[in-house]
Formats: sequence, C-alpha cells, structure tokens
Amino acid sequence: MPLLEIRNLKVEFETASGPFKALDGVDYTVDSGEVLAIVGESGSGKSVAMLALMGLLPDTATVTVDKMEFEGRDITKLSATDRRQVIGKDISMIFQEPIASLNPCFTVGFQIGEALKVHTDLSSSDRSRRVIELLEAVGIPEPKGRLSSFPHQMSGGQCQRVMIAMAIACQPKLLIADEPTTALDVTIQKQILDLLLKLQEESGMGLIMITHDMGVVAETADRVVVQYQGRQMEESDVLTLFESPKHPYTKALLSALPENATGDRLPTVSDFREFLESEAKKVSA
Amino acid sequence: MLRFLVGRIGLLIPTFLGVTLVAFSFIRLLPGDPLDLLAGERGIDPARKAELLHQMGFDRPLWHQYLMYLGDILQGDLGTSFVSKKPVLEEFFTLFPATVELSLCAIFIAVAIGIPAGIFAAVKRGSFFDQTIMGTALVGYSMPIFWWGLLLIIFFSGILQWTPVSGRISLIYFFPQVTGFMLIDSLLSGQEGAFKSAVSHLILPSVVLATIPLAVIARQTRSAMLEVLGEDYVRTARAKGLAPFRVIGLHALRNALIPVITTIGLQVGVLLAGAILTETIFSWPGIGKWLVDSISRRDYFVVQGALLMIAGVVMLVNLIVDVLYGLINPRIRHN
Repeated sequence: MPLLEIRNLKVEFETASGPFKALDGVDYTVDSGEVLAIVGESGSGKSVAMLALMGLLPDTATVTVDKMEFEGRDITKLSATDRRQVIGKDISMIFQEPIASLNPCFTVGFQIGEALKVHTDLSSSDRSRRVIELLEAVGIPEPKGRLSSFPHQMSGGQCQRVMIAMAIACQPKLLIADEPTTALDVTIQKQILDLLLKLQEESGMGLIMITHDMGVVAETADRVVVQYQGRQMEESDVLTLFESPKHPYTKALLSALPENATGDRLPTVSDFREFLESEAKKVSA
Repeated sequence: MLRFLVGRIGLLIPTFLGVTLVAFSFIRLLPGDPLDLLAGERGIDPARKAELLHQMGFDRPLWHQYLMYLGDILQGDLGTSFVSKKPVLEEFFTLFPATVELSLCAIFIAVAIGIPAGIFAAVKRGSFFDQTIMGTALVGYSMPIFWWGLLLIIFFSGILQWTPVSGRISLIYFFPQVTGFMLIDSLLSGQEGAFKSAVSHLILPSVVLATIPLAVIARQTRSAMLEVLGEDYVRTARAKGLAPFRVIGLHALRNALIPVITTIGLQVGVLLAGAILTETIFSWPGIGKWLVDSISRRDYFVVQGALLMIAGVVMLVNLIVDVLYGLINPRIRHN
C-alpha cells in the first residue's frame, strides 16, 4: 500500500471571467522513504495539487478527485477536525518564502512548539526540550538562545531551517517541500537540500519536492512527475527521465538546461511552439 | 524601550506648548468677555469694569497674559472659575470621572462589538453578513451624534420608557462620591437598585458615543484582517493543522491588531469630542458639558484649563498606544 495515492485530481478556480482549470486529472503515488519530484514551469499546477491535498486552497477553488488516500485512509471523507489530525502531524509542508511563512509576531520557539502542543501530549518543559532538539537537528547554532528570536532577527536560510524544524516536529510520514530553495541564495540552497535529504533518510518519511529546477530534481528525486498547464506530461524514475525523456515537453525542459546547450543561444520551452500550441488547444478544449 | 519612551515624551513638550497657545487664543477670539456675560442685561459701570479687568490682569498685553498663564500652568495652577469661584483643576477632577466612565463604556462597546464584527466580515468576505455589517458601519459612521442621540431618546426613553432621559443616576439615590465613577460608587453604597439605575442612565449615552468609533474600528479590523488572512504565515498556521479559531484569533488577529490599536488610540480624540455633544444631549455632568457651558459664559480659565487637560489626556493615550504598538509588533520594539 503506497503512503499517498492520488488519482484524477482536478482543481478549478472561480474567476471573474469564469472557471479556470488549474489542474486537470493528475495522479501521484508516493511510498515511504521515497522522494518524488513534481517539476514544471510556473502555472503548471505543482503547488495547487499539494495545497489541495493539504486543504489549503481558498474557497474559490473546487477540488474533485477519484481517489486521495493517505496510508489507505480516504482523506476526502475525513471531517475537518479529523483532517487536521493528519495535516500538520502526518503530512506537513514547507513553503517557498521562509521569512514570510513565519509569523512576525511570535518567537520561533513558540511557532515550533505550537505544532507539538496541538498534536502531542508533551508537557510545556518537554516541548521546550524537543524544540531545542529540533533546532539542533536542522543546524541552528545555539538553539537554546534562538528560542526567543523573532523571524526578522534571522536570515532567510535560518528561517527555512526553522520551517523545516516546524514541519518535522511531529515526525511526519510525508513532507511536502514547495520550492524550498527558490528564495535562498545558491550556497544556502545546497545546505537546505542536503538537510532535507538527510532528515528524509534518517526518518524514512516520504518527500515530495516541488520545483522548477531540474538540477534539484537530479540531485534529490527517486521519481519525477512532469507537469505542464495543469496536466501530467510524464512520470518516470529520475535516471530514465534524464537519459531518455519520452514526452516532447520533458525534452524541451531538458534541452533548456544550460549544460545541454549546443548552439550559440540557449533554447527555451517556447522554442517548441508547435507542441505548446497543441497542448494549449487540448487544455482549452 | 526606555530610549523610545524618552523620545516620545520629548516630542510631547512642543505639542503641549502648541496646545496652550491654541487654548489661550481660542477663547479670546470669541466676541464678548466674562464680565459682560456675568453682568447680564443690567450691564456694568465702565469704571467698575476697568477696575475688575485690571484686577484680573485682562488689561495687560496678550503676550504678557500668555506668559503669566504659562507660568501658572508650570506651578500646577489652571486658574479659578469666574462662575463657581472654584479652582479649575478641582472642578476638572470632580467632573472628569463622569466623562471617563462614559468614554470607557463607549470604547468598551466599540471594541467589544467592532473587532468581532470586523473579523467576521473579513472571514465571510462578500457574504450577506459582510455586506450587512459594513453597510451598518457606514450608516453608523455617517450618523450625526445629536440626531442619533435624540432618536434613541425618543424611542427608548420616550416610547418604550426603558431608559431615563438624562443624568447619571435617579435622584432617589444619594451616596458619597468615593471614586467618582457612578457604577462603582453605586455598588459600594449598597443601596438596592442604585447600580441598576446607574447602568440604565449610562447605556444610551454610551451607545451614542460608541457609534462612530465602533463603525471605524469594525471597518479597520475588516480591512486589516483581509490583508493578513492572505499572508503566507496564516497558510503556515493552517498547514500545522491548527483549528480555524486559533488561526484567525491568534495568528491573523495578532498581526491585524497593529493598525486596529492605532485606530482605537485615535478614536480617543473622537470620543472626547463626541463626549461634548453626547453630554450636552443627555445632561451628563462631565467635562464636555462643563466646557460647552464655560464657552457660553466666557469662563476663560475653565475653557483654557479644560482644553489643556483634554489635550493632555489625548496625548497620554497616544503615548500609551505607541508603547502598545511596540509591545504587539516585535519589529518595532527591536528597532
């Protein structure tokens, strides 16, 4: 039984100009200990899919799905209260903008401890001890002294480490990382990716990495789902994808990587105009 | 924090000087003087008037009078009322609790209803409730206090006869003033029905005085909440599996309160200005009514003193708001 299984997930948003189809029948399967990368350009519906799983989409979104099971439990049939027992505890998520994702009015100690307060029976002193352990685990120096720090007193990289500590506080079985390194500079990106992989290996949790960076995919993923305009283009293991991509869009993405450049100019996805137009027609149909 | 406080208090000095100048010149710009008004229709002998003006120092140049006034203020002397012959400061502190009681009750109503209404409107954005709350707030904000007060008196006091028309307590109750706050004193007196009478007298003026601040606070809370509810950290709080009540009431509201607290602080000035009208309509014996009566009597020292003290209260509340602002928002505190 897979850890997470999603079949035919569709998301539509109500807009002033009518319904907008953000996701059109995508499937995901993640096993424990597996790293799944969801890759695609902006607007491909990567984040929307995971926000739909977490129940974090706005009221304007309509989610329909044939199957959305976590450890064999149908998430869509859970009550709001029961779903909150799963969200934040068994499935947790970290976001793209670490500084903006932390509440500026509360200390990082409070924000990490809050997840433990809601999902565990730990006493106040045990929670403090656990928060220090978590900060240590994500590589924050002098973790005890950092408990009373506010997000604005930390760097972007440190804030992302705090976000990771918050996400792993309740030892989740599945961690979703939504472009966790996009807002960070290159040296910090590498450290954060290494940290995520280390934590994933140590705990054996499933990891879904949402990214548009093929470098991140190559470095982290076991399997890859390629998306374009809300539709799934290709799914394969990471080696197959890089060695013999099947779908033209995947080929387009890979040929746009600087290391694959052959001519004077780096190709972009828009160079594959014919394909893009045919896909756009399918979406509008 | 100490440096921040000292800086803010330092800024109060020029503001205070400006207020003294406005208070001093405002009453002298009005035609007539206290002696003419005290003499009434009988008039006063010009020689006697000149003698009295000399005694009171009103025949000296204005700059001289202003400097004397400033000197007296620095010694804690706001002068003596021409009418009651009592020191202004003593009268102020006798009447001030009535205004404070009314204003506190009004701000309590405004905050207790305005903030939840604003939160509810923001959470249910675009719904029937949102439209109703915001529509009502707009009506409340646009309502002239004197008209609204009269309407409520006609309906609740006149037609339904639920509340008294004016005053602070029924005349059948008499007890010594301990705190000056009628609600507390009536409780302390132990007289049966006194507290109920005090509450029934307080309720209508408080509602009238609370109307505009309530509308402003509700609208400000709604807009601040709408902004905050779209922030990434609110999404993070929801992703932690927190209950909606905690996400909205703690994570979103704490951030939304920053502009709301500023608004509440600014409403204190509106409340004191509104108290002048409300106290006049409901014959509430507070500083608002005292000020209006003193202006018509050209009681120079009372008008100057009352304006100065009211401005002092507004400045003090603004200082408290600045400190609260720092306490709620750690980014300001640490800067």
